[in-house]
Order: sequence, then C-alpha cells, then structure tokens
Amino acid sequence: MSRSEPILKVENITKSFGSAEILKGVGLELPKGAIKILIGPSGGGKSTLLQCLNCLVTPDSGTIWFNGGVVNIQKSKELYAFRQQVGMIFQDFNLFDHLTALDNIIIALCKVKKMSKQQARERAMTELDQVGLGDKGHLYPAELSGGQKQRVAIARALAMDPKVLLLDEPTSALDPELVGEVVAVIRSLAHKGMTMIMATHQISLIRNLADEILFMKDGLIAERGTPDELLGKGCGTLSQGFCDKLNEIAGEES
Amino acid sequence: MLESLSVIKDALPYLLKGSFATGVIVVGAMLIGLALGLLMACGMVYGRKWVRLVVGFYIWFFQGVPVLVLLFLFYFGLFNFLGLNFTAITAVTIVLGMTTAAYQANIFRGAMLSIPQGQFKAANALGMSNVQAITNIILPQVLRISIPAWSNEFSIILKDSALAFVIGAPEIMARTQFVASRTYQHLPLYITAGLIYFVLTWSGVKGLRALENKVRIPGYSHQGN
Ligand SMILES: Nc1ncnc2c1ncn2[C@@H]1O[C@H](COP(=O)(O)OP(=O)(O)O)[C@@H](O)[C@H]1O
Ligand SMILES: [Mg+2]
Repeated sequence: MSRSEPILKVENITKSFGSAEILKGVGLELPKGAIKILIGPSGGGKSTLLQCLNCLVTPDSGTIWFNGGVVNIQKSKELYAFRQQVGMIFQDFNLFDHLTALDNIIIALCKVKKMSKQQARERAMTELDQVGLGDKGHLYPAELSGGQKQRVAIARALAMDPKVLLLDEPTSALDPELVGEVVAVIRSLAHKGMTMIMATHQISLIRNLADEILFMKDGLIAERGTPDELLGKGCGTLSQGFCDKLNEIAGEES
Repeated sequence: MLESLSVIKDALPYLLKGSFATGVIVVGAMLIGLALGLLMACGMVYGRKWVRLVVGFYIWFFQGVPVLVLLFLFYFGLFNFLGLNFTAITAVTIVLGMTTAAYQANIFRGAMLSIPQGQFKAANALGMSNVQAITNIILPQVLRISIPAWSNEFSIILKDSALAFVIGAPEIMARTQFVASRTYQHLPLYITAGLIYFVLTWSGVKGLRALENKVRIPGYSHQGN
C-alpha cells in the first residue's frame, strides 16, 4: 500500500428509510492521518453517513474500501473484523450501563480481541489514564458526568487500536462547561496523528482541526474544501454561512 | 378443636413433603420458562419475520388456553400420543414451564425494548457480533430489569402448581385432599395448606427481592426493600 492510498474510502453510498432518500450517492476518502469534518444542517444525513461507514446502518448501495481492499459486508466475519478496526464515538456516549468504566473497556478486549483478563485490564487502565480518568475506573456510567462518559467512550474505542475514528457530534450532548475536556482529548488525538472523520458543530474543532470540511445537505456533500477555502473572509459559501450562525449562537451563550 | 390440631400435627410432615414436589415443579417450570422465554424474546425483538410469527403464535396459544385445559391436553393427549411416559410431576413441570414461557417472553421483550438501542450499536461498533452483543450487553441488563416482573410470575406459577393435583402429582394440594378425605378435617387442613403456600411464596418473593438489590447497578435506580 502506498502512503497516499486512503485507509478508508467509500463510493456512491445511498440509503433510504422507507420512501425518504437520506443519502443520495456520497463518496469520500480518508488518507492516513487526515481529519475530515462533516458539517451541515440537522437532518442532512451526517449521522447516517457515519454509520454507513462501519455498516451500523447497511447502505443500500455503494462500495467500502478499507486498507486497500473492498469490504464484503455480506460476510459477517469480515464485517466484524472490519468494525474492530474502525472506532466510533456517539453523541450520547452509549456506554454499557451495567458495567464500570473499566469493564466497559475490558469487555470488548476480552470478547472480541480475546485478550486475557489481566492484559485487558492493564490496557484499559492505560487508556483511562490517557483520557485523565485513571481514578474513575470503578464507577458506573450513571455515576459519571457527561464529559467523563464521553472520555470513557473514547478510551473504549482507542483500546481496540482502531485505524480510523468516526465521531458523531461528540460534544453535542454535553453541558457547555464540559465541552472543553472532551475537545482537549480529541485535540490530543489529532496531534498523535489519528485518522478521523467527525460530524460536529463545535466551531473550535472545525476551524483548527479540519484538513477538509465536508458540508452535507439533503443527502449530498454540497461543498468540500479546506477551512481556508470554505471559511475565508467573504467567500460566501454555504459552510461560511453555517459557521457564522454557529458563531452567533456561541457568542450569545458566552 | 384438639382433634383438629392433632390431625394437623400428624399430617404436617406428609404435607411438607408435598411442598418438596411443589418446589420441584415450580423451580423446574420457572427455569424452563426462563430459557424458553429469553429465546422467544430475542426472536421477537431481533428475529426475522417468520420467527416473530412463530413466537407470536406460541404466545397467543399459551396465553389463550387455561392451564387446566393445557394440562389435560398435554398429559392425556399429546404426551400419550407421542408415547412419552412422563410422571405427573414431570408433565406438570413441562406444561407450567411452557405456559410461563409465554408470559416471561413478554416480560423480557419489554425489558429489551427499554434498553437504549445505542448500546447495541456501540457493541457492534467495537466488533462484537450480534450474538455477543445480546449475551454480553443486552441480556445482563434485561435480566436485572426483569426481576420484579419475574417475581410476580413466580408467585403465580407457585399457586398454579396446585392444579397438578388433578392429574395426581403428589404435591401439597393433592396430599391435603388425600388426608382431608380420610379425616374429614377439611377446614384446618386447607388452612394449613394455604399457610404453606403463603410461606413458600413469601420466601421466594423475598429472595428475589434480595437478588434484585444485590445486582442493582450503582447510581442507576432506587434501592428497594
Ligand atoms: N432509522 C431511521 N429510520 C427512519 N428515518 C431515519 C432513521 N435514521 C435517520 N433517519 C432520518 O434520516 C434523516 C437524516 O438523519 P441524520 O443522518 O441523523 O442527519 P444528521 O445527523 O445530519 O442530523 C433525518 O430526516 C432522519 O429523520
Ligand atoms: Mg446527527
């Protein structure tokens, strides 16, 4: 595999729910280390697209390449192995409620990676330390704040050694004062070179992290380009209008 | 009065032995119901259309027909027809087990639907198969949530097990009737039988409540007593 070859690439993804066509043929490429940011109005299909990328939602048509090969999503074994290498972070965390923070991480290591309990435990501790929750491992999700839950979710995903991380509005369900701690973790991931695609309305993440911005609207990528291209002064793009609105809201809040 | 007391005193060991048979029937039936109920609940929530149809029919049938009728149907009909020579206790256990399975399936189905779908997605996203997600993530939570309703089902089945006497299983009710027909001390004997049922139900429900508190997820819900 050459350096420039994308880790994850999809082509012509379509998806309908009933008669509503949610994705109308979307394609994108994620080269190693790239950070792409999905923005756009609510209902535009960002979550559906992200979930199509690891087939949590099965696309109606389209092709997925991973590490240079086509993923055969009809074969359960292949699909499960593929998903292992693609981490996902959800808006509402989706921690396993009956397990402690530590066990949330351990369970996939044991059941999916078939690690020994001891190994899994050490790995889980390392990941919790990385997100600053080394002392919270014994707590259950219901005993954690939103920001802490999301950091556990990130630790859980990273413990699987994913090649790509999909993040679906990771800070949108958080109280404003808790956004910072999660943004900090995502930033540090970016600096370590993690390949990511993230839907977000967090203006600080959009401007500073994005290699490319994808503006999604009505099931299509309406605009794509670097932050400079799309958000430069007076370039009059959809993305700029959208971000101006986000800025206004952020301004009102602070 | 004294005569009644001495009859009870004499009959008590004999009746209590019946509570052993009752215990076997109830525990057996509840476990059959648990296994079959969980399987059917999974089928209804996650299964294909034909699975849902089959399970739906099963539940419709077992909820619709009185236990007594089922008992006769199976004991004198189906089991005979299949050449299965079950004892009365085994037959009752199976019939009650299959009946409670229908009700338990609905209990577990409700619990499954109450678990946020996102957790299933998160399990899948980590590379777990659907079966792994169900057994490692969904069922442990479903079982916890279901204990109160399961405890209701237990007390119903315990009392339904008294129907076993009609096909001659030597449980509490059958033994009480046997003694009563010889001593003509109906009232005191049936009061005794009632008390035995009461104590069994009460200890079972208490035990399940203790289990419920023991497996409670911290920070998640209120402590019961
Ligand atoms: N499972 C589903 N069933 C039916 N409609 C859905 C489902 N998931 C998403 N949708 C619809 O798809 C559209 C796009 O949703 P989504 O991908 O969540 O957009 P976004 O994340 O950009 O807000 C919405 O109109 C939503 O109602
Ligand atoms: Mg969304």
